[in-house]
Amino acid sequence: MKPLNEMKLSFPSKSANEAFARTAVAAFVAALDPTVDELTDIKTAVSEAVTNAIVHGYRESIQTIYITAAIYPDNRVVIRIRDKGCGIEDIQKAMEPLYTTSPEGERAGLGFAVMQSLCDKVKVTSRPGKGTTVTLTRTLTGRNG
Amino acid sequence: MSVRIYLAEDILTAYLSGELDHHVVRTIREEIDEAAERAHPAVLVLDFRDVTFMDSSGIGLVMGRYALMQELGGELKIENLPNHIKKVMRLAGLERLANMETGGVRK
Repeated sequence: MKPLNEMKLSFPSKSANEAFARTAVAAFVAALDPTVDELTDIKTAVSEAVTNAIVHGYRESIQTIYITAAIYPDNRVVIRIRDKGCGIEDIQKAMEPLYTTSPEGERAGLGFAVMQSLCDKVKVTSRPGKGTTVTLTRTLTGRNG
Repeated sequence: MSVRIYLAEDILTAYLSGELDHHVVRTIREEIDEAAERAHPAVLVLDFRDVTFMDSSGIGLVMGRYALMQELGGELKIENLPNHIKKVMRLAGLERLANMETGGVRK
């Protein structure tokens, strides 16, 4: 299916950009006339993925995070958050609720659990030393649905 | 994001406002901990009424303050949760940890 609209975004992995990233994606998705709850869900899921890229992917060094987003005629939103950071050795383990490699930073280890509960589908591909891509898919019911 | 902290009797209340994410959580955490360690309150209340956004960084904040209050021999309460935040907290099973006020937002 051909997307109705697409966008690409890249920005340095500064934590100040977490708010920018989720707000920019929300503004893009607004074309599908989502409900306030749907928009909040998407902002939260994007915030989790971007924070993961900053904290884990790039280990707080400043490099580039890439986001692409597409909206489809069936009200599907597909958002891809990519880093070229350290990658994940064991994706299954990383996605386990409460698993974290950063307890001293008070990370709850719930980023993926939150993404999974707020999206229809969360796909993670990663190669150690090469980076990680998280693809979030969510179909919106919208205000008319 | 900002936090206003008030001590009344032995109840320390932290009113959080704005967007709570990984970027701001460190400063917020430090301010609350400093006040709690100074006051040794019987109850620490985290009031979320003016929090407009929260991701799992906020869960880390609650879990960490729970651990701190255990250490100080006090109790943690989380109050005035807007629905979107309740949703993220439920996911983490936080109602088992902290005394979570389930009623609507008091304005």
